[in-house]
Amino acid sequence: MATPHAVSMKVRNIHKGFGAFKALDGISLDIAAGELVCLLGPSGCGKTTLLRCIAGLEKQDNGTIVIGSRDVSDLPPQARDYGIVFQSYALFPNLSVEQNIGYGLNGNSRATIKARVTQMLELVGLAGSEKKYPGQLSGGQQQRVALARALAPAPSLLLLDEPMSALDARVREHLCGELRELQKRLGITTLMVTHNQDEAMLMADRIAVINQGRVEQYASAHDIYRSPATPFVAEFVGQGNWLPFERSLDGHAQVGGLHVRLPVRLPGESRGRLFCRPESVVVNPPVHEDNLFSAHLHELTFLGNRCRLRFELDALPGHSLLAEVEPDAMPRLTGADMWVALPPRSLQVFV
Amino acid sequence: MDAETPVSAGSQARLNPQLKDTLASNGVIADRLFIKGGQWLLLALLLLTVVFPLAAMLWRGIAGDASQGGGMQAAITLVSSANFRWLLGNSLKVSLTVALIVVPLAYAFAYALQRTCIRAKPLWRGISLLPLLAPSMLPGIALIYLFGNQGVLRGLLSDNIYGFWGIVIGQAIYTFPHALMVLLSALALADARLFDAASSMGASPWRAFRSITWSGSRQGVFAALCLVFTLCITDFGVPVVVGGDYQVLALEAYKAVVGQQQFGRGALIGMVLLLPALLSFAVDLWLRRRQRDAMGGRAQVYHPRPSRGRDLAFLCTTALICLALLGVFGMAIYSSLVKFWPYNLSLSLDHYAFSELPGGWLAYRNSLVLAGCSALFGSLVIFTGAYLIEKTRQTALTQLLRLLSFVPMAVPGLVFGLGYVFFFNQPNNPLSGLYGTLTLLVLCTIAHFFTTAQMTAAAALRQLDGEYEAAALSLKVPLVRHFFRVTLPICLPALLDIIRYLFVSAMTTVSAAIFLYSPDSVLAAVAVLNMDDAGNVGGAAAMSTLILLTSAGVSLLLAGVSRGLLRRSQAWRQPTPGL
Amino acid sequence: MFKRTALAAGLLAACAFHAQANTELTVYTALEVEQLKAYKEAFEKQNPDIEIKWVRDSTGIVTAKLLAEKERPQADAVWGLAGSSLAILKQQGMLEAYAPANLDKIGSNYRDAANPPSWVGMDVWAATICFNTVEAEKQGLPKPTKWEDLTNPVYKDKIVMPNPASSGTGYLDVSAWLQTFGEAQGWAYMDKLHANIGQYTHSGSKPCKLAAAGEFPIGISFEYPAVQLKRKGAPLDIVLPKEGLGWEIEATGIIKGTAHLAAAKKLADFSASREAMDLYKANFAVLAQPGIAERFQELPADYEQRLIKNDFNWASENRDKILAEWRKRYDGKSEPLPQ
Repeated sequence: MATPHAVSMKVRNIHKGFGAFKALDGISLDIAAGELVCLLGPSGCGKTTLLRCIAGLEKQDNGTIVIGSRDVSDLPPQARDYGIVFQSYALFPNLSVEQNIGYGLNGNSRATIKARVTQMLELVGLAGSEKKYPGQLSGGQQQRVALARALAPAPSLLLLDEPMSALDARVREHLCGELRELQKRLGITTLMVTHNQDEAMLMADRIAVINQGRVEQYASAHDIYRSPATPFVAEFVGQGNWLPFERSLDGHAQVGGLHVRLPVRLPGESRGRLFCRPESVVVNPPVHEDNLFSAHLHELTFLGNRCRLRFELDALPGHSLLAEVEPDAMPRLTGADMWVALPPRSLQVFV
Repeated sequence: MDAETPVSAGSQARLNPQLKDTLASNGVIADRLFIKGGQWLLLALLLLTVVFPLAAMLWRGIAGDASQGGGMQAAITLVSSANFRWLLGNSLKVSLTVALIVVPLAYAFAYALQRTCIRAKPLWRGISLLPLLAPSMLPGIALIYLFGNQGVLRGLLSDNIYGFWGIVIGQAIYTFPHALMVLLSALALADARLFDAASSMGASPWRAFRSITWSGSRQGVFAALCLVFTLCITDFGVPVVVGGDYQVLALEAYKAVVGQQQFGRGALIGMVLLLPALLSFAVDLWLRRRQRDAMGGRAQVYHPRPSRGRDLAFLCTTALICLALLGVFGMAIYSSLVKFWPYNLSLSLDHYAFSELPGGWLAYRNSLVLAGCSALFGSLVIFTGAYLIEKTRQTALTQLLRLLSFVPMAVPGLVFGLGYVFFFNQPNNPLSGLYGTLTLLVLCTIAHFFTTAQMTAAAALRQLDGEYEAAALSLKVPLVRHFFRVTLPICLPALLDIIRYLFVSAMTTVSAAIFLYSPDSVLAAVAVLNMDDAGNVGGAAAMSTLILLTSAGVSLLLAGVSRGLLRRSQAWRQPTPGL
Repeated sequence: MFKRTALAAGLLAACAFHAQANTELTVYTALEVEQLKAYKEAFEKQNPDIEIKWVRDSTGIVTAKLLAEKERPQADAVWGLAGSSLAILKQQGMLEAYAPANLDKIGSNYRDAANPPSWVGMDVWAATICFNTVEAEKQGLPKPTKWEDLTNPVYKDKIVMPNPASSGTGYLDVSAWLQTFGEAQGWAYMDKLHANIGQYTHSGSKPCKLAAAGEFPIGISFEYPAVQLKRKGAPLDIVLPKEGLGWEIEATGIIKGTAHLAAAKKLADFSASREAMDLYKANFAVLAQPGIAERFQELPADYEQRLIKNDFNWASENRDKILAEWRKRYDGKSEPLPQ
C-alpha cells in the first residue's frame, strides 16, 4: 500500500571493517517502497552496523546507499531523510512528550507544530499525554513516543533498532502488531533490526537473515522457514533436526544404518545433511508413510498448544531428535517405543 | 485516522518540505564549526595554558642561561649540593609525616561516614570541608595564635611551633579534606552480599574488614597518600607562615625566582617538584587499571547496621577531629578580631580596615573577579570541552585532547606558576603583555584546576544516553542547538558543582598566583602572605577569614540554587514509580 | 554571565582611558607599606597629571629585580631604596644623573657624591633594638645595652633579626658590625649571635612587630616601626646599643632610559623638596636636609650622634661577597621568603 511519499531503498555491496574485524562483507539489499524489512541475525552479525551505515551514523568503507533516487552514501545524517527509533528510545528526559515529538519540527510555525504533535499522538494512541515527561511513562508508552518523534517530520524512511528488546514478552507481542499496523497504514518504508525471530516473522514483509556480515537469505518469512537457503538460516529460524548422511544413491541417503528416501535425486556419491522441522515428523502415523523408522522416546514436554518429544531413532543411537505434535496426537503414544515417519517432502538436503 | 490518507497531508499540519533541506545544510555547517572548530580551539587553549608553560620551564631548567642558574651543569651542581639535599630531605620528611598522619585519620573519618550508623553525618561532613574554603596559610596563622610563643595553648608544647611540627600540623589540616574526599569515594559503595557471605561463614568483623573493606579500598588509600604527599611537598603557604628555621624546596623555588631572579635554578627546582606528582599519577593509573570495579552488575548496596560500641568509638573520633578543625578555624577568626594580641584582647574590626593599606580592598576585589571569571568562563569552557571530547566522533584529535586534559592533574600549582613566569615573561613572546594581568591569572587558574572539573563534566555527560546526539541528528537538529536544549539542562547540577569548585579554588589558591601577580592584580591570598610577611598577622588573619566567609557563602548559595533547581526539575529527574 | 563580561570590559576600558589621561609612573620602592599611601597622595596633589604605580618589596628583592631587568627596565624611577643598592645600580650604569631642585639644601653626605648626582637621599634609618619589657620580666631577661650583650647565652632563640639578603635593615646591621668590629671579629660576633637568633625574618620591620607582640622578646629592627609601635601602646623599650648604630640612607633615583623622563624628574624634584621633607619627618628622626627634623620623644636627643661612621662605597662594593659569606654561614635559619 505505497503512498506518494514512500521510497524504495537500494544498498549495494557495503563493506565495513573495524580494525581487523570485518563487520559487513559485501551486503546488498533492495527494499521496495512501503515494505517492512527485518534484518535478523545473532549478536555481532553486523545488522546494527548496517542500519547505522544507512543512517549515516557510521561510515561504510565502500559501497553505495540509495534512498529513493538520491545517493546518500556520503551524506551526513542530517542530510539523509529518515526517522530512527533506538533500542533505548533516547527520549530527551528534560523535555515533555510534546517537546520531544516536536524536536525535529523547527522552522515551522508554532501552530503547525502543535497540530502535528497532536496528530502524531493520536496516531500512536497516546492522545492527551503532551505534558508528561518520559520518566513518567511505561516502556511501551516510551516506545510509542519515540516512534511519534521519529515520524513527526514525515521522513521517507523509518529505521528501527531492536525496538522491542527493552519490553517484556507480553507487551512485546501486542506492540509488534500495533507497530505493523501503523506501518501499513502510513505506508512508510521501514527497516527493522532484531535478533528475535518471532518479531521478524510477525512483522516483516521480507526478512534478511544476516550472519558474519553477509546476507544468508533474503525472502519472506514463509520461504525462510520452509525453504532455508543455508544451514545457518535453517538453524537460526525455528527448531530443526539434522541427519548427516555419508552416501546417497539413487534418491536415497544412508544415514547411519538407515535408508532415507529423499525428495530429490542427488548427483553421484554425495555427502551432507538432511534437515527436517520437528512439526513435520509424524509420530505413530495411522497410515503407512515413507521413511518410517522405529524410535525410542526419551522426554516428553507439554508446551500448552503442542507437545515436544525428544527421541532417538533405534538405528541411529546417540543422536537426539525433536518432534512436535498436537495434543490430539498424544493418545497414539503408548510407552517409550514408537514409530516416526520423516516424509520426504519435508526433508531438505544440504550438501 | 483514515488509512488512505497520508499523514502529512493533514490540513493544519502542513509541514514545509523545503525547510528540511535548508535546515539540514545550515545545521551541517554549524555543527562542523562547533565540533571541529571547538576541538581545535580547545587544543590551542590546552597547548597555550598547559603544555607550553611546562615546556618553557623544562627548557629554562635544562638548556637555560647559566648565569641564571640553568643548564645541565647547573642542574648537576644543584642536585649534588649539600644545601639541595638538605632541602629535599626536609621536604620529604615533612610530606611523608603528614601523609602518614592524615591518611589514617581521614580513613577513620570516611569509614565513620560511609560504613557506620553515627548520627549527624551531614554536620561532620560539612565541618570537614572547612580547610578547603580558606588558603593554606590560615591553619598556619591559627597555629601561631594557638601554639606560638604567645599562644593560648603554648604550655602544651615543649618546643615552639615554628619549624617541623608547625608545618606538619598546618599541612595536615590543609590536606585533610582532600584525603577525605578520595577515601569517601573509595569507601562509598560496597556489595552487601559479600558481608552477608562473610558473616554466614563465621568471619569476625575484623576479618571481614580486612578481606572485604580493606582490599576494596586499598587503591583509594594509595591514591590518598600520593595526593597528600604531592600537595605537601609543593605547598607554599604553611611553611611561609610557621616554617621558622625549617626550609623546604617549595620556598627555595620562590626564593630563587623572585628573591634572586635565578630563573634557571627555579626551573630546576620546579622540575624536581614535578616528579612526585608525575610518579604518583602514573602509579595511580596503573593501580586503577588493575583494580576491577568493586560493584558488579548484580551487587546489592551495603547498608551498615547499627553497632553501639563501634558507632560510639567512631563518633568520638569524628567529633574530636571536627573539634580540632573548628578550634583551629575559630581561633583564626577570633584572632582577626583581637585588637592587639596578646596585650589588648578587646575585640574590634581594626584589622579589617584594609583601605589603610595601599591598594586597599583591591586584593579582595581582584580575588572576587578572578574567582567569578574562572568559575563562569572556566565551567563553560571545560563543560563544552568535555562534550566535544566525549560526545563526538572519536578521532586522533579527541584522543589527544583527552590525554592533554589529564596533564594539569599531575602538575602542582607551584610548577604552573613557574611555567607561566618562564613562558609569559619572555620578551620575545607576543603574549608577554599578559604577564602580571588578571587575565593571565584567570587562565592559569582554569588550567590548574582543569582536570577535576573536566572529569566531573565527563562523568555527567557519560550518564546521558549515547544515542541522544544520533537522535538529534536524525531529526535534523544541529548539535549546537541540541547542546543547549538538552545536554546542558540535564547536566546543570554537575555544572553548578564545577562552578563552585572553580570559585573556591580560585579564592584560596596561592602557589601559582604568588609568581604571577602585579600590584594591579594582587589577590586576597597573596595579600595574606604580604601582610604576614610585614608582621601584620592580624590583618593576615582578617583577610583569610574574609576569604573563608566568601567561599563558604558562595558554596552555600550554589548549593541552594542547585537544590532549587533539582526540586523544579523533579518531574523529569525522578521517574514516578508504579507505572 | 554576559553582564559580568560587560562590566569587566567596561572597567577595563575605564581604566585604560584613565591611564591615558595621566602619565603613569612605575616607581619601585622599599618604603614601608604604611607610608606608601601618604607619599603618593602628597606627590599627586602637587602633580595631578602624574599617577604613581608602586611596585613594593623588600630592599633585597627590589634590588635583585632591578638588576634582572637591566636590559629591559620596567621601572621609571626609584623612590625610597637603600643608598647602597642605588650605588650598585649606578655602578651598573642604570641611573640617570639629575640634579633636583633644592639639591643645595641636601646634606653632602646624604647624596651621591658625583655632580649631577645619580641618587639623592630622603632620610636615614638606623638600627634599633626593640625590647619587650613584659616578656623580659616574665622570662627574667636582662636588658641589653651593647651589641656584645646580645651574645649572652641567656638570650638563646629569643632574638629575631632581618635576613640581610632580602632586607636593607639586615644588611645595614651586618655592614655596620663588619665595619665596627673589623672583618674577623665581625664574623666571630655574628657566629655567636647566630646561636641566639630564633628566626631571620624577611622584612626589616617584622622583628620589631614580633617583639611588640611578645612573640620574641628582642627584635633587631630600625627606629620607624619601633617608634610607631611604642606610640600604639606596645610594651617596648627602644635600645640603642652603645657601640653605635648602623644606618642606611633611603634615596631616590631615576632609571636610565625611562620613557617618562620629564615625569620622573618631577618625582626626583618632589622627593628632595621641602614638602617631602615635611612628610618624611613624621617617620624619621634624621633627614637628608638638615635642620628640619624634629626630635622624637621616644628617641634620645643625641640620636644622630650615635650613628657610626659609614663607608657606603665599601658597603655597596662588597655587598655580593658579604651576602655570599653570610648565606654560607647562617642561611639555615632564614624565615621563608614570601612576597
